[in-house]
Amino acid sequence: MSKGVAITGMGIISAIGNNVAENFDALINQKKGITRVDNIKTIQREEIMVGEIKFTNDELIAQLGLPPENNFSRTAMLGVIAAKEAITQAGITDIKKYKTGIVSGTSVGGMDMTEKYYYEYLTEKEPQKYIESHHAGDSTQKIAEQLGIEESFVTTISTACSSAANAIMLGARLIKSGKLDRVVVGGADCLSKFTINGFKTLMILSDTFNTPFDENRKGLNLGEAAAYLVLESDKVVKAENKKVLAYVKGYGNANDAFHQTASSDNGDGATLAMKKALKVANLNPSDIDYINAHGTATGNNDLSEGRAILRIFKNEMPEFSSTKAYTGHTLAAAGAIEAVYSVLALQENVIFPNLNFKTQMKEFNLIPQTELKKKELNTVLSNSLGFGGNCSTVIYSKEA
Amino acid sequence: MKKVYINSIASISPQKTFESASFLDDIIEYNDNVIPAFDPNYKEHIPPAAARRMAKGIKMGVVASKLAMEEAGIETVDAIITGTGMGCMIDSEKFVSAIIDNNEQYLTPTSFIQSTHNTVAGQIALGMECKAYNFTYVHSAISFESALIDAKMQLENNEANNILVGGVEELGAHTTNVHRVINHVKPEPVTISEVLNSNTEGAVFSEGANFFVVSNDKKDSSYAELLAVETYNTLQKDKLSETIKNFLEENNLKPEDLDLVVLGNNGDVDFDGYYNQLSENIFKNTKQVYYKHLVGENNTVSAFGVWLASKIIKTQQIPAIVNLNDIESAETNIVLCYNQYRGENHSLVLLKKC
Repeated sequence: MSKGVAITGMGIISAIGNNVAENFDALINQKKGITRVDNIKTIQREEIMVGEIKFTNDELIAQLGLPPENNFSRTAMLGVIAAKEAITQAGITDIKKYKTGIVSGTSVGGMDMTEKYYYEYLTEKEPQKYIESHHAGDSTQKIAEQLGIEESFVTTISTACSSAANAIMLGARLIKSGKLDRVVVGGADCLSKFTINGFKTLMILSDTFNTPFDENRKGLNLGEAAAYLVLESDKVVKAENKKVLAYVKGYGNANDAFHQTASSDNGDGATLAMKKALKVANLNPSDIDYINAHGTATGNNDLSEGRAILRIFKNEMPEFSSTKAYTGHTLAAAGAIEAVYSVLALQENVIFPNLNFKTQMKEFNLIPQTELKKKELNTVLSNSLGFGGNCSTVIYSKEA
Repeated sequence: MKKVYINSIASISPQKTFESASFLDDIIEYNDNVIPAFDPNYKEHIPPAAARRMAKGIKMGVVASKLAMEEAGIETVDAIITGTGMGCMIDSEKFVSAIIDNNEQYLTPTSFIQSTHNTVAGQIALGMECKAYNFTYVHSAISFESALIDAKMQLENNEANNILVGGVEELGAHTTNVHRVINHVKPEPVTISEVLNSNTEGAVFSEGANFFVVSNDKKDSSYAELLAVETYNTLQKDKLSETIKNFLEENNLKPEDLDLVVLGNNGDVDFDGYYNQLSENIFKNTKQVYYKHLVGENNTVSAFGVWLASKIIKTQQIPAIVNLNDIESAETNIVLCYNQYRGENHSLVLLKKC
């Protein structure tokens, strides 16, 4: 049970960089990607800050060399960019050589096009090509097509903000059970009016830079991103003499079963998820060297997650930080973005700071890591918590 | 590796399938190209105040899951795994249209909250106070099969003993209209008996919820053993037969070993060819049934195919209304379900009498 699954490649596009190297550079230089929204025309513009990828859709189409008649949603395009980088980094030149699948998480899917052409679909011929891009599985189908994955296991998970973490979890289990030799796992979500206004009505959007785990936190900044990992079986790693970046060592999913959107006060779901992940990894809390927290900077999340972390780690708290202040909350993609950051942390033995933190929360004495810190890291625990009470934890490790 | 069994089934569909005592013996005749689910009395299962807030998909999912739990005779499960290709369409449409109609003003959060794809799985967990593993798959026509594969892996590895798996889909008026203009919905109303030979593009759109308790614990009341599930994002027509043969071979079976195939024909002149070539070739001598003429097409309707297969295996009865050919088989032991939607997202589910 405790043997990890090898990660041999990763790719990412987020508000702080268009690839893994750019993201790492921004992380260590404390450059956040939070701005006003430019690519979406919204009346909320002056009231919110977002983690936006500044390429327009036309620029993304050009970058990917898509034909003019393509019907890619923005989610799909971001996904393809990140997934291709992951495949390249894994040194995969023949995708068909091994049984390869893809598991992707998304919550927005093709909603960006649906909200743009909602009524036009009924009468205008031109945008009708996007009707079929609406459903959540479409972006994954397109990523598979772009990677040349055919006649294989391709699926999509949508469990709100824990989607990508769950995709990674399923991928690890598919490898362990021998159902696949290789699987691309992660998630993609673009910004949309739908999510901007949805979170606005919940009154959990900050009008300024988000401040995870701070007493005076005002809410989250929405972000858009995509990130994917390549997981490979031991057989492939050995046969291809692959360099392993890190391992998916443990994972756990649980449901808070408390409220459709809010987390329970004591973080029951998150506590359970962390417990399960530690069990699968066969590790004790004291074995965890760094926690990449979900830390969205909403009042509810940070309190609930903080309490859950304390319940697990008690007086053996390792350093922890949330990287949401850099990227914003990228919803379904968050678990994959933070998987890439967790692997980078392990590779470079560095803990990324929790930006914008000033004041300790009054409910507990948790203080996140606020400066960049060099530390020998062997294990990183990453949390992703979402609507519907969905709580997920993935543990990454240097050694199998 | 442990064996996996279907221990209970529950279906809410355009037919009166939610009453487990009957088996397609009182067919509702439709003459339409969009058919809604036939509603059970939701109030019997959900407190009225809660039911008022729920869109139809949530109600169908919650009630179908309750019926499946009741039949299995268990109070809780080790995982809740749902599939929904389109998700909560009604609340999604409400929120998008409100954004557009009111220029992003005067919005309330309820429909946004309930628009999330995992709403049904979350509501089931809330209702059961079940803190276990909770996943939702949203990959078009293989959403349900993805859930089934996930459940099967956990049960085989003994990570769980009982898992609630289901597929749910609700009709959204705008989404249906939008699919009319691109000819995904049949252009004219059709009756049940006409669907297959309608010779037109598109399908009869529908909705429903089919839930199952799957377990690695065999009971006297178990419906079937779940031998294998496989999905394919793409599959060329000329490779279909070979793929099915390989799939059967991996399970030490040949096409002639099957007693029954459950096919997903929906009467779409452009895509039924996938099924027809099987009917005419490798399954020429095998008993064939279909069901979409009764319950329409939606992204998780293939779960109804599994419901049908399970029910046939357990009762050893095949309602005449589902016959696709006249072949009689003395006993129904091994059943294969095959489905695809618009030439993509193919699935194979293999069941065996237990």
